[in-house]
Amino acid sequence: MVSLNQLIAVCLLYVVGLFAVAFAAERAAVKGRGDWLLRSPLVYTLSLSIYCTGWTFYGAVGYAARSGLEYVTIYLGPSLVMIGWWWLLRRLVRIGRSHRVTSVADLISSRYGKSNLLAILVTVMAVIGVTPYIALQLQSVTLSLSIFAAPPNLTGGAGDPINTAQAAFWVAVGLGLFTVLFGTRNLNVNERHHGVVIAIAVEAIVKLLALIAVGIFVVWGLAGGVTEAMAQIDRSDIGTWQVDGGRWATLTLLAAAALICLPRMFQVLVVENDDERHLQIASWAFPLYLMMMSLFVVPIAVVGLDLLPEGSNPDLFVLSLPLSQGQNNLAMLAFLGGFSSATSMVIVATLALSTMVSNHIVMPIWLAFGQGTVQQSGDVRHVVILSRRLSILFIIALGYFYYRASGGSGALAAIGTISFGGVAQFLPVLLGGVFWRGATRTGAVFGLCIGFSVWVFTMLLPSFGPDGALSAQTFEQGLWGLAWLRPEAMFGVSGLDPTVHAVVWSLSLNTLAFIFGSLVSFPSPVERLQGAQFVNIFDHSSPTRGWTASEAGTEDLMIMAQRILGPVEAQAFFRAQAQLQEKAEGLPEPTPRFVQALERELAASVGAATAHAMVAQLVGGTSVSVRDLLAVADESAQMLEYSSQLEIKSRELSDTAEKLRSANDKLTQLSHQKDSFLSQISHELRTPMTSIRSFSEILRDAEALSPEEKTRYASIIHSETIRLTRLLDDLLGLSVLENGAVTLNRQKGALRGVLDLAVTTAQAANTRTIKIIRNPADEDVMLETDLDRLAQVFINLITNAQKYCVSDTPELGINVMLQGDQVAIDFIDNGSGIEVASRALIFEKFARVPGQGGEGAGLGLAICREIITRLQGNITYLPDAQGTGFRVTLPAMPRNGASDNIDAAASA
Amino acid sequence: MTTNRPGSPLFLARRSYRFRRLMDAVRLLPVLALAFWLVPLLWPVPDQASDPAVTTSHALRYIFGVWLGMIVLGVFLWRRTARQIARENQS
Repeated sequence: MVSLNQLIAVCLLYVVGLFAVAFAAERAAVKGRGDWLLRSPLVYTLSLSIYCTGWTFYGAVGYAARSGLEYVTIYLGPSLVMIGWWWLLRRLVRIGRSHRVTSVADLISSRYGKSNLLAILVTVMAVIGVTPYIALQLQSVTLSLSIFAAPPNLTGGAGDPINTAQAAFWVAVGLGLFTVLFGTRNLNVNERHHGVVIAIAVEAIVKLLALIAVGIFVVWGLAGGVTEAMAQIDRSDIGTWQVDGGRWATLTLLAAAALICLPRMFQVLVVENDDERHLQIASWAFPLYLMMMSLFVVPIAVVGLDLLPEGSNPDLFVLSLPLSQGQNNLAMLAFLGGFSSATSMVIVATLALSTMVSNHIVMPIWLAFGQGTVQQSGDVRHVVILSRRLSILFIIALGYFYYRASGGSGALAAIGTISFGGVAQFLPVLLGGVFWRGATRTGAVFGLCIGFSVWVFTMLLPSFGPDGALSAQTFEQGLWGLAWLRPEAMFGVSGLDPTVHAVVWSLSLNTLAFIFGSLVSFPSPVERLQGAQFVNIFDHSSPTRGWTASEAGTEDLMIMAQRILGPVEAQAFFRAQAQLQEKAEGLPEPTPRFVQALERELAASVGAATAHAMVAQLVGGTSVSVRDLLAVADESAQMLEYSSQLEIKSRELSDTAEKLRSANDKLTQLSHQKDSFLSQISHELRTPMTSIRSFSEILRDAEALSPEEKTRYASIIHSETIRLTRLLDDLLGLSVLENGAVTLNRQKGALRGVLDLAVTTAQAANTRTIKIIRNPADEDVMLETDLDRLAQVFINLITNAQKYCVSDTPELGINVMLQGDQVAIDFIDNGSGIEVASRALIFEKFARVPGQGGEGAGLGLAICREIITRLQGNITYLPDAQGTGFRVTLPAMPRNGASDNIDAAASA
Repeated sequence: MTTNRPGSPLFLARRSYRFRRLMDAVRLLPVLALAFWLVPLLWPVPDQASDPAVTTSHALRYIFGVWLGMIVLGVFLWRRTARQIARENQS
């Protein structure tokens, strides 16, 4: 027989050991050592085991002894959620990491527009829902202590019955101390509580080992092997399957919801998650843990029912079985296992709840009433830490007083289910927030309030029994005598199992209200931004801007950040941000991006809603620009913009390529032309040379030549020489023009005169006649230019028309038009025009339109262009004229000014 | 399964195809588990001792067998996909 004092000594030793482990882990973390263990997936998985509380350690056996295999639903639900990690947990963890979420209340408040109302609502509901659960843990510890004081084989209680109230008190004090010591060491909730995590990992191993040890003892030590144990199970009262289908499904759902919604589970699953990869490992490792925890439950229950006397509390079979068989050490181990389950749950649950209470209730109140504005200097961290510590003590005290008030009655499992039902009310809002962008704050408030009210009315209050919290009359006739408001038969649906009834009604009404509220309300801009970011967490890696920070001085932000983050941390953060902005020194610019980052940093310490409120005090309010909303509303906006830019770029590129290609074509053509020019020029020079040579030889060598013949040959030589000279003159003139060495003889004159001269000269020089159509009235334009050169151009154009116009009755129209301060002279004949392919080259040297006769060297138009360019004019081919058309454009003298000048010139 | 032929495009395509099917399996595994664990809803619940009944030992074997199967599948899928998932998260 273990004496109570022995037990307490072992227990204290164990607690001291836990403190030591936690302390060592904290020290190792500070020194940056031991990451392989502290940040390992093993520790992550083991820390999840706080799901298995004193309730599951002791209560599962009691549950199995009462209702057979139904207990297993409590483990199946979480296993399902873990196996389906890809769907929900992965999203939650990513959201938690990128939004620096501190608790389940913080997540919900942050999703619905950083609403403090929602945060408070969720916090209050969580405290109400979890307090009975904490009381349950205290109860399980004192119950297990009492069984050592009054062992089951000595019914009647020869031993000293312990003072359970006192025991519960000291347990509560110890737990509060541990949580305060290791749970509030750092302000940033996202930083892991290494001491706490490692301690609960150790406790997870202890409780698993303890339960397995008892199981092995029962199966092989008492029942005599697996086969015999199975046979004994089938012979027992719970030997056949007797689970109601509705309860099976409902409890599985409830347990699955609890894994996500319980504040302590959210703390270890999401907030303390260090590495997303650990989640997949936990997705099979945690179900494995749960399976091992529940493996020996039924054998222990059956053997306990068989061996222990009638009326023994089945909730304590884990302890009383070894004790009744004189296995004191095993009983001690089992006790430590139960103690571990209870304490680890209380520690983490208190930690999670205290963060919520401190961030969402105490801090906003302190900000509103306490110390005025946040601009004040002075460290505010001690306020946050103090509020968190007080919250821890407050919550543990609440659990203790609940335990005292409830008198430690009721089966463990019942209290646990009620607690699950309370926190499961977060599920619709949580799932809606993560998967549905249309979910709004109004809907969330509706859903939570209605779901929670129904839960209180159908589950929490009836749990105190008839004439407990609700009068027997209410049970019989409904609230205020309304028959459809009976707590166990809402809307007249009677005959259901009370748990199924409560869960189905509360969750379905909750969901309905949430969806209805979301459908009819309209979200605020912040809410829509947050909603889009949460739902598209895997697309939106960069935060959208939410602040116009121009009004906020960086100094003010610095002062505030120092108070919350601490001077060193705040300065490091500001320096890092300044470097991000590529500022070598000084404070960063208060850009929206920077303020957003600062808000996230603060949110890790005090929660999203409080951080938002604090920044809002300095910055003056959130501004969500239309552009932000558009970017969120239409995620493809950026992509569209980018692709349109790309399109413009590619169009530019293809334009450039087109230009390059035509330039290349022109160059190639020019090169061909040069070749043909060389052969042309040699031909042009050679033809007259040949005739000059042969006729001069005739004159020299022929003896008998008549004077007529001599004269004819000499005149042939003469005309060929003239042709040569003209060719050389053209070449020379062009090269002079091209080199810019020409001197212009500027003079004033009328256009009509120049045209008259050109037409006369051209017609005199050429044998082919062309009808020239002019409109002399239009030609009354004064020019100040080199009139001789201009005449040369005109002669060339008229001569070309004479030579190359293919019409039977060739006509050339000369039209003059005034276009502003420019005069345009068109020369259009009735020929066939120039082919498109040749047009680009006609102004080049030695270009000759193929298939045309004539003896020109192809220099005429090149010379024309050079001359007109010198005269600040322009000569172009008219592509849409009916025949071949050229337009010469020249600057004209102002009409009035021109006549004045003429008058002046005449008077001079 | 895939053969190791580095550099061959067929190899790469097949591997990424295999990875996608494995991710499908990761997504569908909870559906499978749920389906198996809802089977007990079909079992008869006897009112009298003479009614047909499923023995608790049979129920235990079934439920824990499914559990173990899911864990083994989970381990298998983790081993095949974890590296690729981490790589995709980084990029």
